[in-house]
Amino acid sequence: MTNRKLLSEAKLWLVAIPVLLWTLIPIYHIFLFSISTKDSAFSGRLWPDHPTLRNFGTVFRQEHFYLHHFWSQIWNSLWIAVATGMITLTVATCAAFAISRLKVKGGRTVMNAALFTYFIPAAFLAVPMYKAMGTYGLLNSRWSLVLAMVTLASPYAIWVLKQASDKLPWELDEAARIDGATPAQLFRLVYLPLMVPSLVAIFTYALLLAWNEYLYAFLLLSHENTIPLAVGLGHFLASDDSPWEILMATALIYGLPPVAIYYAFRGYMVGGLTSGAVKA
Amino acid sequence: MSAIALPREAPAGTPRKGLSTWQVWGLLLLAPYVLVFLVFVLYPVTYGLWLARNPESYRTLFEDPIFFTSVLNTIFFLLVAVNLKFLLALYLSGFFVHERRWIRWLSVIFIIPWAAPAIPTIFSIRFMLNPEWGVVNSVLFRWFQIDGPNWLTDPQLAMAMAMLVHIWKALPFWTLILMAGRLAIPKELYEAASVDGASGWQKFKYVTWPSMRTLYITSTLLSLIWTLGDFNSVYLLTGGQPADKTHVLATLGIRYIRLDQLDHAMATIVVALPFVLPLVYFMMKRLSGDEQKTSQ
Repeated sequence: MTNRKLLSEAKLWLVAIPVLLWTLIPIYHIFLFSISTKDSAFSGRLWPDHPTLRNFGTVFRQEHFYLHHFWSQIWNSLWIAVATGMITLTVATCAAFAISRLKVKGGRTVMNAALFTYFIPAAFLAVPMYKAMGTYGLLNSRWSLVLAMVTLASPYAIWVLKQASDKLPWELDEAARIDGATPAQLFRLVYLPLMVPSLVAIFTYALLLAWNEYLYAFLLLSHENTIPLAVGLGHFLASDDSPWEILMATALIYGLPPVAIYYAFRGYMVGGLTSGAVKA
Repeated sequence: MSAIALPREAPAGTPRKGLSTWQVWGLLLLAPYVLVFLVFVLYPVTYGLWLARNPESYRTLFEDPIFFTSVLNTIFFLLVAVNLKFLLALYLSGFFVHERRWIRWLSVIFIIPWAAPAIPTIFSIRFMLNPEWGVVNSVLFRWFQIDGPNWLTDPQLAMAMAMLVHIWKALPFWTLILMAGRLAIPKELYEAASVDGASGWQKFKYVTWPSMRTLYITSTLLSLIWTLGDFNSVYLLTGGQPADKTHVLATLGIRYIRLDQLDHAMATIVVALPFVLPLVYFMMKRLSGDEQKTSQ
């Protein structure tokens, strides 16, 4: 390598190392705490003297005051995430098909309404939504969070699916119509099979959005039996002497699945989602 | 009932008379989302605005010193965090477009803050910043014999830390977006610039920036709206403490809900609407405009 090349390579590393540290330190901090015993957790070492998995045992056996409902909370998180994913997928796929392929009257207005919902900050919508859920008598039911998350996830889902759907060739629809296909047949036999990659991306998007949600979850659900793990984790902050090592072990268990799912479906997400997020 | 009856009124093959079968199907398939929108967006928002019609709630809101602090915090948060985040994203997008295998791996790691849920990572940062036991202050003491500051109990410092958390979490996403913008620039333009002897800065100024300007500005405006709704970075880090001095409008609205003052919560949001709605309108125009272009 010439000196010049070496210099430009060194410049790249000069950016890379701070970026790597900046990204990983808070994450490594979670991991480090979760495998440390209570007294060694605060020693400030990069690796504990006696790494242990005991904290995870404490969590799984629900042996701490904050964790008495750990398994039911994780079940609620899963239930809410899967329900949100499925309902969002159904609602958005139908709407995108109607707007993009059937060119339904009023489709444009509905698309605009969806975009409006997408752009309004979620924390602002939370206030009227909370009041409405109270009126509907849904507060403290897991359905309130599912429906709220469907409301938040659908607009972007419809937008992305519509973009993908617009790219399908019109000849397919025309051929199907000439062959006398009904709209249902076009939807089931032509549209759905061609849209599979986008559908996977949208399901994953809604699933992760619901699993990761904190604000709506803690506003809408407060009952021990209905709260998801995100809200359960928030309870750790109720007192100053929270057991950090156990909190971090729980946080790791909560945070790993969405990250794993994200990476598993990244191929779908990158093409399907980031490109649609902001149009140049 | 009507779902079964309607197609009979307009049998297939007579598209001009009333609604065609295809239009009926379209309406039926659109109905679930329309229902979701009416029940969970339109009705709540209308009802909320109706709740916020009383001038009295604005008077008491404006008299609340916490409200005033929160507005200042919000403005400061938006100006500093969003701009800093985008300057960093612009710079890093230029780094990540280098074609190296290890840089591609680094970009995979770099996404984690965005992919991971907010609670674990923000709590982790909160603990790192704890003045007594946190790793930041213990490192400061061990390496430099300095007593670190009270990161989260000094309101100004706490707001700065909340901005840092926001940037940590949102930076990867916007870097990716700007990266896509950079990758869309034809390589020939850079080659031509190199032939003309352009420096790195000149390449940025005359090639990169002109083609990325629209994307950069649109993204910044979108991020401005979303950052306004960033509840997690502030609430999970400081909880509005100390003495409710680190609220932004997003957390203040929720605080009023917890205090059972729904009219104040709504009023807090209505106050921000003159700022939010033009931005939302602009973004909708942009996306609809693109839509027309692609469908033609």
